[in-house]
Amino acid sequence: MALTTQRVDVPVIVDESKCLEKCNACIEVCPLDVLVKNPETGKAYMKYDECWFCLPCEKECPTGAITVQIPFLLR
Amino acid sequence: MNIQYLKTDFLVVGGGTAGTMAGIKAKQASPESDVLILEKANIRRSGAIAMGMDGVNTAVIPGNSTPEQYVREITIANDGIVNQKAVYETGRLGFSVIQELESWGVKFQKDHEGNYDLKQVHRVGKYVLPMPEGKDLKKILARQVKRHKVNVTNRVMATRVMVQNGRVTGAVGLDVRNGNMVVIQAKAVVLCTGACGRLGLPASGYLYGTYENPTNAGDGYSMAYHAGAELTNIECFQINPLIKDYNGPACAYVASPFGAYTANAEGHRFINCDYWSGQMMLEVYKELHSGKGPVHLKMYHLDDDTISEIETILWDNERPSRGRFHEGRGENYRTHGVEMNISEIGLCSGHSASGVWVNERAETTVPGLYAAGDMASVPHNYMIGAFVYGRIAGENAMDYLRDLEHVEPDADFLAAEQARIYAPLNQPDGVPHTQVEYKLRRLVNDYLQPPKSPNNMDIGLQKFVAYEETLGLMGARDPHELMRCMEVHFIRDCAEMAARASLFRKETRWGLYHYRLDYPEKNNEEWFCHVNLKKGDAGHMELFKRPVEPYIVDVDLVEEVYDVAVR
Repeated sequence: MALTTQRVDVPVIVDESKCLEKCNACIEVCPLDVLVKNPETGKAYMKYDECWFCLPCEKECPTGAITVQIPFLLR
Repeated sequence: MNIQYLKTDFLVVGGGTAGTMAGIKAKQASPESDVLILEKANIRRSGAIAMGMDGVNTAVIPGNSTPEQYVREITIANDGIVNQKAVYETGRLGFSVIQELESWGVKFQKDHEGNYDLKQVHRVGKYVLPMPEGKDLKKILARQVKRHKVNVTNRVMATRVMVQNGRVTGAVGLDVRNGNMVVIQAKAVVLCTGACGRLGLPASGYLYGTYENPTNAGDGYSMAYHAGAELTNIECFQINPLIKDYNGPACAYVASPFGAYTANAEGHRFINCDYWSGQMMLEVYKELHSGKGPVHLKMYHLDDDTISEIETILWDNERPSRGRFHEGRGENYRTHGVEMNISEIGLCSGHSASGVWVNERAETTVPGLYAAGDMASVPHNYMIGAFVYGRIAGENAMDYLRDLEHVEPDADFLAAEQARIYAPLNQPDGVPHTQVEYKLRRLVNDYLQPPKSPNNMDIGLQKFVAYEETLGLMGARDPHELMRCMEVHFIRDCAEMAARASLFRKETRWGLYHYRLDYPEKNNEEWFCHVNLKKGDAGHMELFKRPVEPYIVDVDLVEEVYDVAVR
């Protein structure tokens, strides 16, 4: 199969200046398991385009680093 | 990828509303037994109530209503096709569930005199009890699970139930983080995996823009089917009147007691009851096709304080991103109606009646296999029903398994399941699960969205059957993608069940949920029965009629027709 990579506007925005390298709070509570750490920077980001805009990640982030937008297709 | 072996007395698959309660009640009934909750997400925030809930919809509270009255109401709303004994249990045990939740710190709304502040949303009785502070419900349940020493394994998704010698012996799952296959031996299993919320494709085209938590992909419907259990009323789809595009509740259950109502574009009422039923959905469908659409939830006639109160409830619980959705469009409840649309189809007994067949003891037709919550066939059961049936399953299962021993898993079964689960990893350049899922769910919209047409559904059925082969084209690159691939398998099974059950019932019933263009009338002579299905001995889907259990509460279905149209 020939594959290509598509760019997608993702709803979960992480302010890297506030994201704590050793904290996993958002990753642990995401029902869809779409958040992971960038292994190089230790910062969280939305890896899979499967967000339910349900907000646990934003509410449980201890530093307020996360903002969840309504996905572009629904906005 | 390794295989991890676990052993427990009672396995709870799914740690949402029903699952957490099943685990807790099993430990209360038998503290020395080992109970394990398997959860594909994390029980702190999982299931249909991940972000909490703003009220319960089926609370039968002494002095306000009776279980008999509740059974009558649901019997009429579900056009007579109910196992009344099962519905009765929700009415009988709901109050004790509420009292126990209160003892754990869950707050329900009370009036100035300290009485439960029940609201009428159903046609006759008052069963809706607001929980304006219901946002931490899931955290409270998770705390009680821990306090009761129930074991929890997060981030493992069950893929199959194991059945040997005619009884359940455990389940197989996939660790969605490290990719291990997990084999769990158990003496009894309860499936509490929620609705099939990813069956139809939302009009937005966004795969995860669903009403239900999209983790609920029909896992339990599929697993119960492959375990040989009967499913019922699958043709009674879940279709909801939702905020257009956002696809969440508008929500009349919260707002109508404050004076809000569903209106057409002219601002006029066209239904006299906002309770979700197929009959109500048919009126919404008609209005949308009458030239008087779109329809909206109308609040702009209310005073500012009332609207502020509604906003606080709607934007703090259940789906808290509603506020920013409206804000992003520059819309306000004071000036704009909330535009609503008819959702794509799903399966969910919590709202309609489609589920795995259970009796009033939460037993499926396979010994040792129980079901509870949105996926179990107790109609209109909502959250209280999920708690009640979680409790019933937990208590009965501990009784059932007392003298049973574990059974060694069947090696051939495990090898076959291992090959099935990991197939997409062997072809990382296969078709992405996103595209395979998108097309499948688009076909569900094309061929199954009511009103139902027999020839369309026939074509759909052929496509869903052929899709078994398409699933073999999927490729995955990590355990997370593998989880999604397995979910597409669940969705395909549900699509085939939905097509077959809808073709089998040759009449119209439940308003829009099963509106057949070729049989537009209800036919009680031939179809006052359940349509059940199961996996036959040859491995094919078999459908058959199952008689409605004798009523325990008298209902005159000729006199009491469920009609909510304003004429």
